[in-house]
Amino acid sequence: MEEKFVHTFKGTLTQEHQLKELIETYRTLPGGLMPVLQQAQGIYGYLPIEVQTMIAEGLGISLSEVYGVATFYSQFTLVPKGIYRISVCLGTACYVKGSAKILETIETKLGIKSGECTPDGLFSIDSTRCVGACGLAPVIMVNEEVYGKVTPAQAEAIIESYIEKGGRTE
Amino acid sequence: MTLEELAKIRAEKADLVAVRRLVKEKAEEMAAKTSYRKQVLICGGTGCTSSGSKHVVDALEEALKESKLEKEVLLVKTGCFGLCALGPIMIVYPEGAFYSQITPEGARRVVKEHLAQGGSVVKELLYQETVHTDGSIISLSETQFYKKQMRVALRNCGVISPEDIDEYIAVDGYQALAKVLTSMTPDDVIREVTASGLRGRGGGGFPTGKKWAFARASEGDMKYVCCNADEGDPGAFMDRSILEGDPHCVLEAMAIAAYAIGAQRGYVYIRAEYPIAVQRLAIALTQARAHGLLGNNIFGTTFSFDIEIRLGAGAFVCGEETALMTSIEGHRGEPRPRPPFPAVKGLFGKPTVLNNVETYANVCPIILKGSKWYSSIGTATSKGTKVFAVGGKITNIGLVEIPMGTTLREIIEEIGGGIPDGKKFKAAQTGGPSGGCIPACHIDTPIDYDSLLALGSMMGSGGLIVLDEDTCMVDISKFYLEFTVAESCGKCTPCRIGTRRLLQYLEKITSGHGEPEDLEKIEELALHMKSSSLCALGQTASNPVLSTIKYFRDEYVAHIEDKSCPSKVCKDLIVYEIDPSKCRGCTKCARLCPVGAIAGSPKQMHVIDREKCIKCGLCMRNCNFDAVYTR
Repeated sequence: MEEKFVHTFKGTLTQEHQLKELIETYRTLPGGLMPVLQQAQGIYGYLPIEVQTMIAEGLGISLSEVYGVATFYSQFTLVPKGIYRISVCLGTACYVKGSAKILETIETKLGIKSGECTPDGLFSIDSTRCVGACGLAPVIMVNEEVYGKVTPAQAEAIIESYIEKGGRTE
Repeated sequence: MTLEELAKIRAEKADLVAVRRLVKEKAEEMAAKTSYRKQVLICGGTGCTSSGSKHVVDALEEALKESKLEKEVLLVKTGCFGLCALGPIMIVYPEGAFYSQITPEGARRVVKEHLAQGGSVVKELLYQETVHTDGSIISLSETQFYKKQMRVALRNCGVISPEDIDEYIAVDGYQALAKVLTSMTPDDVIREVTASGLRGRGGGGFPTGKKWAFARASEGDMKYVCCNADEGDPGAFMDRSILEGDPHCVLEAMAIAAYAIGAQRGYVYIRAEYPIAVQRLAIALTQARAHGLLGNNIFGTTFSFDIEIRLGAGAFVCGEETALMTSIEGHRGEPRPRPPFPAVKGLFGKPTVLNNVETYANVCPIILKGSKWYSSIGTATSKGTKVFAVGGKITNIGLVEIPMGTTLREIIEEIGGGIPDGKKFKAAQTGGPSGGCIPACHIDTPIDYDSLLALGSMMGSGGLIVLDEDTCMVDISKFYLEFTVAESCGKCTPCRIGTRRLLQYLEKITSGHGEPEDLEKIEELALHMKSSSLCALGQTASNPVLSTIKYFRDEYVAHIEDKSCPSKVCKDLIVYEIDPSKCRGCTKCARLCPVGAIAGSPKQMHVIDREKCIKCGLCMRNCNFDAVYTR
C-alpha cells in the first residue's frame, strides 16, 4: 500500500498565545466562530484538528460544530498549503477562454491534482471561483501575484520560474 | 456632525471633484478655481490592480516628486472606470485624456510631456477610440463604450477617491441621509422607495419598498439591516466594483433602510476573496464613524445605527438570504425554510432587511432626485438601470450600466465592441449557475426582469458572459452543473442528489455515451428539483441545462446521436488529424507529442495514432503550417 503523507502539527507557543488572544476577543461576539476560524487560519496557515480543539474549548462549543463549519466553507483548509499557492480561476469568463486547459497543464507539470500539495511543500494547486479579473481571462494566481491572459505554455514557464526560485519567498 | 459641517465640507471640495465631471472647456474653467492644475485619476480596483496599476501609481508618485509637481498635480486612486480589458486606466483632467494599458514607463512619459508646465496630451498612449482621425480628442462619454450607458449605481465609481469621505460628501454624499433624518418619516421613505419601482438587484427582483414595509410592520425590540456582498456568481463583479469605487453610498443607503424599518444594527456580508473591497469598506466605516455619520444620534437626531463587516469564507449558497444570515450567526451556511421570511424572523431571529449592494447603490439618488425621476428610467415593470459585468468572448470586457430595456444587441455590438477575431455570436449567458442562455435569435430583446424570465433565463446579479461559435453549449451547462454540485450545501435531497444526477447525464452525453431518452429524463428531473428544493440554488440549478436544451437541442442531438461535438470542445468526441496537403514534415509535432503518438520522418507527412493520442492539443497549437485539425 502506498504510504500516506501525514503532516504533523508543529504549532509554536507564540502562535498558541495569539490564538488565545483571538478567542478572547471574539468569545462574546454573536456569530464569532467564523472570524475566529478565519484569523486562526491566518496564524497557522491551516486549521489542523489541534487548532480546532483549542477553538472549541475556548469558545465553549463542541468540536463537531467547529469541524462542521471548518469543512463547510471552501476557504478553510485542514491541510497545509504550499509555499507557492497556485490558484487557477475557473470562473465562467476564464472557463470559456480555456482555463480548464491551464489547470490541466499545471497539474501534469507538478504531478498533483487540484486541492493537493507537492510532497516537498513547495506548490499547492487550487481551482478557485472568479477572482474578478475577468478582463484578463484566463487568470492564474501564485500567492498574491496575478497572471493574466495565460496560455498553457506560459503557465509552464511561470511554474518553472518559481521552481528556480526554490523556497525563497522574497 | 451637524448639517452645517456637512455643507462646509461639500463646499470646500465640490469644485475639485466637479472638474472630473464637466466637459473640457468648463472643466478647465473650474480647474483654475482649485489649487490643482491637473488631476490624475488612476483605477485602483481589482481589474486594473491585476494588470499592474500599483506599479504605475508608484512610477507616477516618483516622477511627480522628481519634477516637483506634487503641489500642482493631484493623484487620485479611484474605483473601476468600467473598461477592465484596457487596464491599467488613467485619466487626466481637466482635458479628460484617457490613457489605456498604461505602463510605468508610459506614466513617466505622461508626467514629463503632459503634466509638466506647458505640456500637452501624449496622443500615442491614449485609448485610440478617443482620438479622432483629425487628431482631436473626443470626450469619453462620446465613445462607443460609454455613449449608451447611464450611470446611477456607478455614479461615483471612477470619479471620487473611495478612501476619502470628503470626496464622497462633495458629490452630495450623506445628503440623502440628512434629508431622510430631518424631513421624512420612515413611512415617507418607504413610500418613496416603493414609488420608484426599485427591485432587488441581486437576482430575484423583489420590490425593495415592499420588503422594507414588511420589516417595518414586524414587531421587534431589535431589527437588523444586512447587505449582501457575497457576490458568488462566477464572472460577475458588479458589487465588488461598487464597494471598491464608492463604499460610502452603500453605508449611507443601509442607514436609510435602518431608519425606515427601525433597525439599530447592520451587517455587510462580503466575500473574503475581495481584499480591496473589504479594505476600502473598512476605511469607509472608520471615516463615517469618525464623522459621526454612523453611531449614536446621527445629525443630532434620536436615530442611532452602526455597521459591522463579516467576511464570507467561500460558499456560493451564502448568497441566498437565509443561508447568509445563518453564516453571520457563525454556523454552516445552510438555508432555512421560508416562511418565516427574514422580514419577520431573520438574523438572530429578529426582523431583518437584506438587500444586495447594487440595490443599496440606487437608494440615495432616489431619495435626492425623487421616485418620479427614477421611475422615468427603464421599462414598464423594471425601473432604473442595471449594471452588468460583461465578459467572455467580447472585445470590451468590463463593467457597464444601462437603462433597463436596452437590447442585448446594443450591449454586445455597440458598448461591447462586438466579438473578437471575427467569430460569430452564439449566445449570452445571464444569471450564472441559476440563469440561462439568450441565443442569437433573441439578440434584439429589450433586457428587463420579465423579458429574461420569459426567455428561460433570469436577470441574476448581472454577470453577462458572451459565448461565440467556439463554445459548446453542452459543455457550458456541464460547467455550471459542476459548479452547483460543488456548491450545493447538501441540506435538502432534491438539490444534493438532483444536481449530481444532472451532471452525470451531461458527463454521459459529452463522453459519447448519451442516449436519446436522456434529454427527457433531464427535463423531468429538472421539474422535480424546481418544485421541491429548499432554496433558489436547487430550484434554479437546472436552468442552464434547460435553456440550452431549449435553444440548442441540435447540439445535444449531435453529441448523442452522431457522437460529435460541433464546436470541437468535448475531448472524447474529437479526433486530431494532420492535413496531408499542409504538412511539410518538419517533425516539430512528433518531437513535442508527450506520448509519442505522432509518427513520420523528416520531410514526410506525419500521422497521429488515435489509440495513443491523449488529445492535449499541443501539436495543433504548435504547428507552424496549421496542418493539424480536429474533427
